[in-house]
Amino acid sequence: MSDGFCSGGGSVNFEANQVRLQSPGDRDVIRSLRVGDRVLLSGFIVTGRDLVHRMLARDLPDSVRPLLRNAFIYHCGPVAVRDGAGWRIVSAGPTTSMREEPYQAGILKEYGLLGVIGKGGMGRATSIALAETGGVYLHATGGAGSLLASRIVGVPDLRYLAEFGVPEAMWVFQVSDFPATVTMDSTGSSLHESVLELSRERLAALVGP
Amino acid sequence: MSATIPSVDEFVELLVVASSDLPDDVEAAIGRALLLSGGTAGCILSEMRDNSELARVRRQPVCQDTGIPYVLATGLGLDSSGRRDFKARLAEAIRICTSSGVLRPNAVDALTGVNPGDGIGEGIPQVHFEDEGCERATVDVLLKGGGSENVGCQYSLPDQSIGAGRDLEGIRRCIIDAAFRAQGLGCSPGILGVCVGGDRASGYEFAKRQLFRRLDHPSSGAFAALESELVDQINSLGIGPMGLGGSPTVLGVRIGSLARHPASFFVTVAYGCWALRRRRLLASPDGVWVVV
Repeated sequence: MSDGFCSGGGSVNFEANQVRLQSPGDRDVIRSLRVGDRVLLSGFIVTGRDLVHRMLARDLPDSVRPLLRNAFIYHCGPVAVRDGAGWRIVSAGPTTSMREEPYQAGILKEYGLLGVIGKGGMGRATSIALAETGGVYLHATGGAGSLLASRIVGVPDLRYLAEFGVPEAMWVFQVSDFPATVTMDSTGSSLHESVLELSRERLAALVGP
Repeated sequence: MSATIPSVDEFVELLVVASSDLPDDVEAAIGRALLLSGGTAGCILSEMRDNSELARVRRQPVCQDTGIPYVLATGLGLDSSGRRDFKARLAEAIRICTSSGVLRPNAVDALTGVNPGDGIGEGIPQVHFEDEGCERATVDVLLKGGGSENVGCQYSLPDQSIGAGRDLEGIRRCIIDAAFRAQGLGCSPGILGVCVGGDRASGYEFAKRQLFRRLDHPSSGAFAALESELVDQINSLGIGPMGLGGSPTVLGVRIGSLARHPASFFVTVAYGCWALRRRRLLASPDGVWVVV
């Protein structure tokens, strides 16, 4: 794994497409991604949880538009420690994305995001917005807070700390080879929907319909 | 005879180890799953393994959601002033750990969401004292994140919607249904703590306490066979690590039971994420508390 990509673990060779991405980045590259692709993301990503999404949807602040344009928003509330004048991020895995479903489609379009990073996937409205904008949903591994924090190489900006507190503030992370899996793509395909359907069929086989 | 109360430093050490170093049985289960998996599931599991090693070496949180500390103090024999002292020292340790990046400040106002930033709030941390039938004094802590807590659930049997009656088959249906409904949202592969019986409140409480049981110590008696059957059946659903398909979906199922009212039959499921952070302070004979 000298190239930094995952080889797929124990017993099966991994055949998925593996791609290096930039944020901010090129929408045509993002549009070409498909469910199942593994990515390593580098550049700048911006965190947002419940309070940031509500604020972005209600207040439409111009001050953060340059941070979000053609970039990824990351559903994450990190553990952060003050380090001199700056911050050190010690644990920063994804939080459940579905809580932002009421806001996400509008925010993707309003701020020109390339896509979303989170866990658990999102619903129909977000899926339609990703298809309209040529965006993707990147799934990061929940619980892997220490590993993902090790791919955060800088904290160049921080907004709304006083208003929202550490977990809910808007952190700008500079990342290098941040690992994730494409689970919703710009064709409207969703791995979360297909796993749900498959498991529903198998559930019926186990316990009856 | 009553035991000493852990010092602030001993509580800090408990929280540091709980947050940064997964129990050996959980890490072993992730390692076994990794050997049997491939594709996306294998990638996810290898990230989980790498993350656990990194967190332990750096003494940093395995997961940024360090939960709300759930503490069970057993056999300390404390009177009311001793319990006050225990809670004060624990709260001080939580403040220290929250400012040093061992814990995230997770206690917010219920209505406004305002975060005082020190990890302490009304009802947080949760502390329970038990003194009956204990040979040694222990203090157990569970750091359980919000994502896994949100997918916990309770069934009242009979439940016609899933064809669950008041018997072992009904219990089985509830637990499989809970795993199906959770999909990957509780950070699978999870560990399911189950309470059969009890009331609405004690069911949730006792289900959560099942998560203190080791994965290599299964139940004996009525639920022994069901626990291992359920692991195989849930892992055949194809939900997989983080819900991205494949296997495993659970690392273990632990079932306990409480007596119930004749009219009630609750099955309650507490979902523990793969990063199950449980640790224990054990009193040594010379009065020192050691993290195990």
